Amino acid sequence: MSTLAPPSGDSVRTGADGPVPPALAALRPRSHARRKTVDALIKTSAWIAATFGIAVMLLIVWEVVRRGIGAIDLAFFTELPPVVGEDGGGLGNAILGTFVITFVAALIALPVGFLGGIWLAEFGRNGRVATGVRMVANVNMGIPSIVVGVFVFAALVKPLQHYSGFAGSIALAFIMLPVMARTTEDILNLVPNELRESGLAMGVPRWRVTLGVVIRAARSGLITGAVLATVRVAGETAPLLLTALSSPYWLDGLFGPEGFFGGPTANLTKTVYDFSGMPYERMQELAWGGALLIIVAVLGLNVLMRLIFQRGKEW
Amino acid sequence: MRKSDRLRRTVAAVALAAVLGFAALALAACGSDEGSSNSGVPGSGTSDTIVGAGASFPYPLYSKWGSEYANLNDVKLNYQSIGSGGGISAIQAKTVDFGASDAPMEPSELEAAGLVQWPQCVGGVVLVVNLEGVEANRLKLTADLVAKIYNGDIKDWSDPAIADVNTGVSIPAGKINVVHRSDSSGTTWIFTNYLAAAASDVWTLGGDKEIPWPTGVGGKGNEGVAASVQQLKGSIGYVEYAYAKETGLVTTQLQNADGKWVEPSLETFSEAAAQADWAGAEGFYLVLVNQPGAKTWPITGASFILVQKEQEDAKRAQTMLQFFDWAFTDGGATAQGLDYVPIPEKVYQLVESKWQTITAAGAPVWPQ
Amino acid sequence: MSTLEIDAQTQTGPPRGAAQAAPRVHHRFGDPAFRVVTLVSGLTVAIAMFTLAGVLIYNSWTAISELGLSFLTTVAWSPSSGSYGALAALAGTALTTLVAMVIAVPLALVIALLLTELVPPGMARVLGTAVEMLAAIPSIIFGMWGLFVLVPFMQETVAPAVTESWLGQLPLLRPGETFQGGGFSILTAGLVLAVMILPFITAFSRDVLLMVPRVTKEAGYGMGSTTWEVLRKISLRYALSGVVGATFIGLGRALGETMAVAYLVGGDFLTVPKSLFDPGTTVASLIALQFNEATTKLDVSALIYMGLILFAVTMVFQVLAQIWLRRARRTTGGRA
Repeated sequence: MSTLAPPSGDSVRTGADGPVPPALAALRPRSHARRKTVDALIKTSAWIAATFGIAVMLLIVWEVVRRGIGAIDLAFFTELPPVVGEDGGGLGNAILGTFVITFVAALIALPVGFLGGIWLAEFGRNGRVATGVRMVANVNMGIPSIVVGVFVFAALVKPLQHYSGFAGSIALAFIMLPVMARTTEDILNLVPNELRESGLAMGVPRWRVTLGVVIRAARSGLITGAVLATVRVAGETAPLLLTALSSPYWLDGLFGPEGFFGGPTANLTKTVYDFSGMPYERMQELAWGGALLIIVAVLGLNVLMRLIFQRGKEW
Repeated sequence: MRKSDRLRRTVAAVALAAVLGFAALALAACGSDEGSSNSGVPGSGTSDTIVGAGASFPYPLYSKWGSEYANLNDVKLNYQSIGSGGGISAIQAKTVDFGASDAPMEPSELEAAGLVQWPQCVGGVVLVVNLEGVEANRLKLTADLVAKIYNGDIKDWSDPAIADVNTGVSIPAGKINVVHRSDSSGTTWIFTNYLAAAASDVWTLGGDKEIPWPTGVGGKGNEGVAASVQQLKGSIGYVEYAYAKETGLVTTQLQNADGKWVEPSLETFSEAAAQADWAGAEGFYLVLVNQPGAKTWPITGASFILVQKEQEDAKRAQTMLQFFDWAFTDGGATAQGLDYVPIPEKVYQLVESKWQTITAAGAPVWPQ
Repeated sequence: MSTLEIDAQTQTGPPRGAAQAAPRVHHRFGDPAFRVVTLVSGLTVAIAMFTLAGVLIYNSWTAISELGLSFLTTVAWSPSSGSYGALAALAGTALTTLVAMVIAVPLALVIALLLTELVPPGMARVLGTAVEMLAAIPSIIFGMWGLFVLVPFMQETVAPAVTESWLGQLPLLRPGETFQGGGFSILTAGLVLAVMILPFITAFSRDVLLMVPRVTKEAGYGMGSTTWEVLRKISLRYALSGVVGATFIGLGRALGETMAVAYLVGGDFLTVPKSLFDPGTTVASLIALQFNEATTKLDVSALIYMGLILFAVTMVFQVLAQIWLRRARRTTGGRA
């Protein structure tokens, strides 16, 4: 703690030796007590604010657990949603759909982002192109996910005249790409140059040094970054609204009406969104169950990554 | 390696195994559900899917029909409730096999769009309220009152005009929270046509799928309106009857064209439906609100199916029409179970003859 | 960073040690190929964004040519009559974002202060992690929670309490024509937005505050300044650009937030809200709610036009944020 107690009294300025010159008098400090009060107020409000923030988080998590735990059973993972008004059923197709959509998105975005990050950290560095790319990537990360959804709709869904899980993957990949690139870059920048130099000094080609030495040193951070980036988009709803839409059925094949490329694909977030707005009790229950699953997955993986790897970029 | 490293590796390995294991389980489960229908080619495999989108009004019914039909045949129905407006645009864009709308298209519009439409069921639109202490069908509302509430002219439940028709009913005072539709809706079309017909001097905004509502919050789909009314005390909304029945929302009585107070039920809907003159309606364009009769429910409407007149795939078209055919002949009991009025036999025959105008590559697809 | 680039090809003499084991043939195209591959990947990120901008502009052209710039100043949304206007949504976006920022920025600052100055490092990490967890919660969860917990609370407790007291007479708090009880309202959406952007502003501010040189702060303490005075007069002077940048980041997120707002704001796209307790809509939630209903080509195009506007606005704030954040790093000597 670095708060040192101020010296008692205003001995510095009031001038024990007589009247203070006007210029100095103008700098007369506020009373000691007042400064202390203000300081205490700020500190208190800081604690209150932090407590508030954490309390809200706990409140939300608690509410989701409370309302959603009842819906979780084996059927929840393996069955299709029930017909409206009826009981039973589960979110199996939605869970599978999210798995597949996110997996494909990761398949597309992680390698490209990873390689791009390598370029930024190892080759581009402070050059003009790299600075530009970095800036664009940062801006990209701030694009609202609904705008990404609109983009993929216009580029893919509209021309092909159908929604598809693949379009959803493209949208999620778009979001993941700059995140992965910047995360990779940041992590690689943490690797000390000595490692690179020692590799190069032994005559190892640059690419080998990067892939074999630097990456290996940064492995845990990179894995964390990749997992966190993936998990983050797994919780997105807005981009899937306009691309993958939803379906009451299991994912079936590739190009058919329930295929990954051929038709709308059920996914957890859109389904939770739909069901939570329905006035049917069972649907709402399933929605909360889905919400619980999402929170457990997202927060759980976040915590797990931190525990296992101890460092790793947040978001 | 150090203990902490070993721990890390173990945890990571376990987590990875769990994730992969679950994924495998899920894929296996889905695979077993499907049987051998992974051919991926539409219409050729052992399982077909009919894709439809549109009105939320008939969604509970179509959903139920779809699940029953799937048990009898290997044909599935994928119906998305996105609102009548969405359904119309989807069928025009050919992103679905059929569109569903509660607001019929006029014959000239049908012609221009190259679509065929027919009524699939009739249902009632009801007013639902969330008022403490007020039970189902106790509250009475006239068309004028409803119009004034939705206009924003009457703002509070304690308004004398409401009390006048509700002697003996204790209504908690408070602001009236009006809920309407935020999306383009055939239910809105039916409801506002009713207001325009029954309260013509008060309601000036006409009957349409979207209205520049002077007041109120918007809910998405019938589900959204029902959910909002559930959440907000002192609120009033209009929904298709099945949504009120399934969710236990409190409905109101209304005064019909004959001046009688009626409660929403299959009986009162049927009375209104019986008045309909389908044979005389070109392109099946018919507005069913405010029908005469002592027991008619004043806000009744039909829900329509729209398909392309020229189909691309004859087989697919036939599969689809077979489903609707089944719904007409065998789906009546299910419909009544949800308080929808099935389309009578005579009208079904008219519809069937309309189907004969649907073609694929020049040849009619019906009868097969 | 070291710029030692030993090109193995210019090595003189026979390779030694590890290099002896490394096959020579890779040197010819291994390195250049690697550079090219990674460069292309890097450029993909940039190209992706420009593609997005291009597609948005192309697809909103129908709407732009028909509705022009008056789109931004009209209040309307009626596909059946072909009249569209973004003003109601723009106003709602501005109001909800304003509410969120007014609440979140001061809170974030004091929490960042807490994390950097008032708690020991171990606890700071735990607390910091907790705040980061808040950031990880997907927005749909916030929306659902808001719908089932906050909306009734606002409707039954907060709104009546405020509107019936003297506060209810103040300009933005006095219920307007479209008041629906305050459950679904700008304020409800703004509150949840504040909670959502709080962790982002906190994290960035904390990072920036951590970059303030210790020595300078200690000098302040040494002269008897209180914690607050050190923050105000020393840290913030260094970190101001960074904090402003953090604020812009938060702003950008609030502008683009869709799901939570869609649940909570009331969906009234035909009025410019006159009060925080009135329902409204935002650009993002309007797109989300209306997109699947879009009936005509103009309808879809108008929505994409909205998407374009949202993109442009958030991009401006993002660029501003980047500028400020870089300035901050330069001032405090961090890596640009």
